[in-house]
Amino acid sequence: MEHQLKISCQTTALAELRVFLKKTLGELHLSDIDQLQITLAVEEVCANLIIHSHQCNPLDYIQLKIKQNPGKLIFEITDKGKAFNMLDYEVPALDKVKIEKRKGGLGIILVKKIMDEIEFESSKGTNTCRLIKWFQS
Amino acid sequence: MLTIETQHENGHDILLLRGEVDASNSVILDEAITKAVADGSSSILVDGAGLEYISSAGLGVFMSYLEDFQEKEIDLKIYSLSDRVFEVFKILGLDQLMRIYPDKKTALLS
Repeated sequence: MEHQLKISCQTTALAELRVFLKKTLGELHLSDIDQLQITLAVEEVCANLIIHSHQCNPLDYIQLKIKQNPGKLIFEITDKGKAFNMLDYEVPALDKVKIEKRKGGLGIILVKKIMDEIEFESSKGTNTCRLIKWFQS
Repeated sequence: MLTIETQHENGHDILLLRGEVDASNSVILDEAITKAVADGSSSILVDGAGLEYISSAGLGVFMSYLEDFQEKEIDLKIYSLSDRVFEVFKILGLDQLMRIYPDKKTALLS
């Protein structure tokens, strides 16, 4: 199985992304909570790219591919913006976020807690972030 | 799509959230809380019964007020979250930092 979606780099496209994920993940008989968490993790990565790598430029786009392999789901997110490797990003402690009254920084914590594997590569101006979720098959 | 209805009830400001909070509309939640504070509220209750989804953008809004509210002794309580939305708060450990209750009655009594 492989599904793909191309979205414009504007935050209003996140709703479109959720509709696509709901439909695609709905075919996989996942629990309601698993569906929501996966949706959240994929959205967080896309929202980060839209806001920080593309400055919400609607002319830029992000491509999402979903692949189902035995025992795992792979979400491949590609873009051509400024590369951001979340694996290099040290997630802030929650207490620190609270004290500093920051609104950001929580998304990557969520992605790292929800997904089982995260891969990142950047080659010839194309960045690929792979989020992998394991399932008992 | 997110809508927020504000109600005043016995000294409490109740924000009724309906829909989804994400990076495109979390500013609406931020503005609703800021307005309640500017209007002198010392007790803000967030009714999450109609909240279908919240991303880190929305969670970050709540987080950004916690420190100030603690200093200014403003109560911020959330109640009636669905299990799936509450789970998102739990993943981040926000259930330990924020006052979250199963229903309005429990929130008012605590």
